[in-house]
Amino acid sequence: MFIIGEKINGMFKNVSEAIATKNKLIIQELAKKQLEAGADALDVNVGPASADPLKDMEWLITVIREVTGMPLAVDTTKLAVMEKGLSLAGPGSFLNSTSGQKEKLDLLLPLAKKYNSKVIALTMNKSGVPANAEARLEIAANIVAAAMEHGIETENLYIDAVILPVNVAQDHARAVLETIKQCKLICDPPPKTILGLSNVSQGTLNRPLVDKTFLVMALALGLDAAILNPLDKELMDSMITAELLLGKNIYCDSYLDAYRKK
Amino acid sequence: MEPAIIEKWPGRTYELTIGATKEEGGSRSKKVKLGGMSTLPFLFFEGTIPNPPAVAMEVWDVEPTDWPDVLKNEYGDVLTDPAKWAKKCEEFGCDLICLRLKSADPDLKNSSADEITKTVKNVLSATSLPLIIVGCGNNEKDSSIIMSISESTKGENCLLGVATKENYKTFTAAALSGGHSIIAETPLDINLEKQLNILITDMGFSSDRIVIHPSTGGLGYGFEYCYTIIERTRLAALSGDKMMSQPIINFIGQETWKTKECKADETEKPEWGALKERGVLWETTTSVGYIQAGSDIIVVNHPSSVKEVRNYIQKLMIK
Repeated sequence: MFIIGEKINGMFKNVSEAIATKNKLIIQELAKKQLEAGADALDVNVGPASADPLKDMEWLITVIREVTGMPLAVDTTKLAVMEKGLSLAGPGSFLNSTSGQKEKLDLLLPLAKKYNSKVIALTMNKSGVPANAEARLEIAANIVAAAMEHGIETENLYIDAVILPVNVAQDHARAVLETIKQCKLICDPPPKTILGLSNVSQGTLNRPLVDKTFLVMALALGLDAAILNPLDKELMDSMITAELLLGKNIYCDSYLDAYRKK
Repeated sequence: MEPAIIEKWPGRTYELTIGATKEEGGSRSKKVKLGGMSTLPFLFFEGTIPNPPAVAMEVWDVEPTDWPDVLKNEYGDVLTDPAKWAKKCEEFGCDLICLRLKSADPDLKNSSADEITKTVKNVLSATSLPLIIVGCGNNEKDSSIIMSISESTKGENCLLGVATKENYKTFTAAALSGGHSIIAETPLDINLEKQLNILITDMGFSSDRIVIHPSTGGLGYGFEYCYTIIERTRLAALSGDKMMSQPIINFIGQETWKTKECKADETEKPEWGALKERGVLWETTTSVGYIQAGSDIIVVNHPSSVKEVRNYIQKLMIK
């Protein structure tokens, strides 16, 4: 599974403080630790408290680029910040994210095309996140069509079926799983599927358990990628074991160790 | 015409060099490079295959008693002298010498580490080809001689074998100290194969200096099981599994010349055709099968097999 590390996000206190005090060592340490733990890319989000998101995004990416060239997921809702971020992050990074609204797609997809970025697209529109799989898939199909129109290969499109916290929207988990499964039927080659995993456990008492259980279920239905906390070792172990049981890697007694040596 | 389905693999096998020239601290006239494939064997339309499979010939430090005459006769009187034998193999045109230290076997001569290293040094001076050095097959004895073998060939960048689940610690330590690569052998089991590679790398041994011996079965004697294991190993490597991405060696000769097909004479089996051709055909066909499966080093015994197999490789390496 492709893993995008979620830790460089201004909603976490250590990150917002690091941004405020321009303490680049904290950010660089977070980048390195997540990559060592198995992240294939790093999410970068300045957080809601940022007074100057454009400057902060520029600073974050610049200091991360001092320690790694791995892909970044530029995580912002602001167009100007997105453009700045993608231009600095370089080709192969992720636009995180667009929704399924046409006006959003028409603004953001050209940016992805311009900077040769992959696209994370949420199956939501003006009225929010639909409760069932059918409506999510309809939005996904529209996103795929828009991507094709804008000349973005479907393999570089990551559909996020948007999981809501289980304590407020319990029905959604099944709808998300069904969407992940059926996304592969939209076109050939199919789009990839992704989850912002930790949303599922917001407000629950045992967040790690909810996260890893849902991740394993989603993997069984074909999930390709997730934005998650790679520093949660048990979560990573569950992911590695699930992939093993799905036959993606050859078993050996030290399969966890073997996966990490990849 | 290009095939309609072309796989794009994310992985490739490790590239490994055996042998070191004078400038590199060794004394070999040439080196052999293996692996580095980004596709299945000979599918040039899909990926790159930078190095052809290599052909090695066996040299023993005792005279083989159970070889059929059709094989023995090719060597004349050199079979009692490993140095001369190695030189003869070089003349036969192989890429590597595989020195098999049979005499260390407690049931044969039980040669000491000193006697063994003397033989190794003699062979090193007799041939300028890179060396594969394997023990007698007795785990305990091999563990007791491997360190001195490794030390006495320091700088030559040999391939030492064979490390098993039982003796890998000693072998790995020895290969580390002498700067050699290592053969990791498992009994036809893909899970154990991967596990042994992990155990060896856990000791700080570089994963790109291992050669896998997944076991070798002769044609008609388990070949198809080996084929499947090799094919799965290669597919795992191409999918990005670094613990399955090592080059593969197969000892074809030792599994060929003990079969009845290569030994039974014409009076016994007239319908099988001339014994002289039969053995070479058997060894060549088996080698070709292993090469098609994904093997990188083929170890054979008959000089005509070397010629035939190399000829075959040459034809298939044309893009």
